[in-house]
Amino acid sequence: MLKTFPTGGVHPPENKLTAGIPIEYLPVPEKVVIPMSQHIGAPANPLVAKGDNVKIGQLIAEGKGFVSANIHSPVSGKVSKIDTAADSSGLKQPAVFIDVEGDEWVEGIDRGKELVRDIKLSSEEIVKKCFESGIVGMGGATFPSHIKLNIPSGKKCDVLIINGVECEPYLTSDHRLMLEKGEEILVGVSILMKALKVEKAMIGIENNKPDAISHLTTLAASFAGISVHPLKVKYPQGAEKQLVKALVKREVPSGRLPIDVGTVVHNAGTAFAVYEAVQKNKPLIERVVTVSGKSLQKPGNYMVRIGTPLSWLLEAAGGIPADTGKIINGGPMMGKAVSNTDAPVVKGMSGIILIPASEAFREVISPCIRCAKCVSVCPLHLEPYLLMTLTEKGMFERAEAEKITDCMECGSCSYTCPAGRPLLDYIRLGKSTVIRLARQKVLK
Amino acid sequence: MSSTILTTIICLSLLAFLSAVILYFVAQKFKVYEDPRIDEVQALLPAANCGGCGFAGCRNLAEAIVNSDSFEGLNCPVGGAAVMEEIATILERTAPVSDPKVAVLKCKGSPEHRPRTSVYDGAADCRIVNSLYIGETDCSYGCLGYGDCVKACTFDAIHIDALTGLPLISDEKCTSCGACVRACPRNLIELRKKAKKDRKIYVACSNCDKGGPARKACRVACIGCGRCQKVCSFDAISIVNNLAYIDAAKCTFCRKCVGECPTNAIIEINFPPAKPKAKSEAEAVQA
Repeated sequence: MLKTFPTGGVHPPENKLTAGIPIEYLPVPEKVVIPMSQHIGAPANPLVAKGDNVKIGQLIAEGKGFVSANIHSPVSGKVSKIDTAADSSGLKQPAVFIDVEGDEWVEGIDRGKELVRDIKLSSEEIVKKCFESGIVGMGGATFPSHIKLNIPSGKKCDVLIINGVECEPYLTSDHRLMLEKGEEILVGVSILMKALKVEKAMIGIENNKPDAISHLTTLAASFAGISVHPLKVKYPQGAEKQLVKALVKREVPSGRLPIDVGTVVHNAGTAFAVYEAVQKNKPLIERVVTVSGKSLQKPGNYMVRIGTPLSWLLEAAGGIPADTGKIINGGPMMGKAVSNTDAPVVKGMSGIILIPASEAFREVISPCIRCAKCVSVCPLHLEPYLLMTLTEKGMFERAEAEKITDCMECGSCSYTCPAGRPLLDYIRLGKSTVIRLARQKVLK
Repeated sequence: MSSTILTTIICLSLLAFLSAVILYFVAQKFKVYEDPRIDEVQALLPAANCGGCGFAGCRNLAEAIVNSDSFEGLNCPVGGAAVMEEIATILERTAPVSDPKVAVLKCKGSPEHRPRTSVYDGAADCRIVNSLYIGETDCSYGCLGYGDCVKACTFDAIHIDALTGLPLISDEKCTSCGACVRACPRNLIELRKKAKKDRKIYVACSNCDKGGPARKACRVACIGCGRCQKVCSFDAISIVNNLAYIDAAKCTFCRKCVGECPTNAIIEINFPPAKPKAKSEAEAVQA
């Protein structure tokens, strides 16, 4: 029996079309737009001005807030302006615009391909390096990684969990990274273990990636304390709490974090970024983005510089097919529809999915028949049908009592609802309203 | 047989008497005094329980009015001056002076003015659209058209116009309770002072972007050019964040700004259509 989490979950069609396509380095575009808000938390403060010349890897914005992260220039060239730019939802965000000129790198960045195994930095230096290099969670939540490496006093971590689950359909960026940069990821994991001062690390990979499992298992034999665990294919196994439950059978209580049960979870992509930052002195300036879709001409996994316009990336993948109904940023379960293809690639963008119009539609909404399918698939023991109704009626106190803020927005409820009800849309709204009201109460 | 019936009657009567005595003393002991005027005031209020006064319902407002010494901060916008007058008579106070107001929509972005750039097919709820993305057009400030204000209105005063896709507010039915103002996630509805013959002049736009992007997103957007501000002789127009605002308290309805606006973002409602007359009026004011 393969390990998995016990309650809820769904199994959407996997559609991992790009699993066999190696990572391709995308050429640098002529112009890039670097949004200042690529992490949760307050936007970073730009350190450059119009007309400044920047090099690749140069710090261009500083994360000042508690959950902010630094941003580095992914290209060399001239800052053309500092203004607002529309993100993939069309909303304006502060951003730095750079016109690309040449290919100059900041000194001290090791661009060689050879593996560096010896970890020279101490635990504190590693955490500092992660902060300086602007590393955020690469799975999509973009939570600054250095915070997760700073264990609060009074708490103890005994096992590091590495998320190589990639449970979202279509996405294969972590899968390819594990296959092609396996050793780098394992060194990255060792670095994270050293930073957290733990002896044990577990890598969880879903069983639909047997090549990645066997590859990493072979490599892990030469790394102390790292083990690879195949997991049963079930969505949303890539969620922190579900992965902790699946791998070490510990339940993270409502409103708590994995550290409260002695674990820290990092993404496989983050481990690679940490390796590059610590061993190669290279800040987070590029990432792997899966571009996929059934009618796309050249789907694939592309190593893209941050700030590259989506249109440039889509052009490289063969252009937007005529039958496209929706372009989704992220996976089809949790991703958001893109309304602006001029938006730049950001740190948390793991995939761009083009869904044909014949599949991209909403079901006709009919009344809830109380079948409780949403209740049985909810991995967090919530009652989605109730939370939706409470939000619709504006009963936010009751929604708070029903633990609406526990929802991680995995979308299993909306996926399974036979009445086509927009459960997640309302729960998201209810959750953000409850959090806002609670904040107002604290301020009062 | 008859003795059984007799015993039953006597027993039940005794029991009833005893209970009555107990209930009488309990009622005396736990008596709660309530000002009878609260009921009277409540009877005068519209019983809509709309929440426009800031209280949960009419009863709460009645209690607050009776228990307070003045009318400060206490007003029923639905009943208006007439109801407050009557309440004042009961309580032997002077009625507060409050201007009747009416809700207006500060957006004119119908499809002909504001082209659609994407299609939304999710839940029909403005709050959800607003939390997800910019909306179906390129204006991040404008009306989304999914009718949260219509759902919020308990007086049937708001309906979505099928032609423009924007809510239409009926002046007769609007009680200025403010439910729509609170419901709109983009803060597009404003309660403005009612004028003679329901006349209105206001900036029907909420776009705070600079002129270029605002105009690109919508042909009738306020571009913050300041021409209306210059032409206004009464200092009624201010421009904050690239957006003009007409102060209803200072506006004299001279209509000069309406003609001056290059994008027609300022609208006039319920004015006679004759243009020459408007000019002479404006000249008269200037003279």
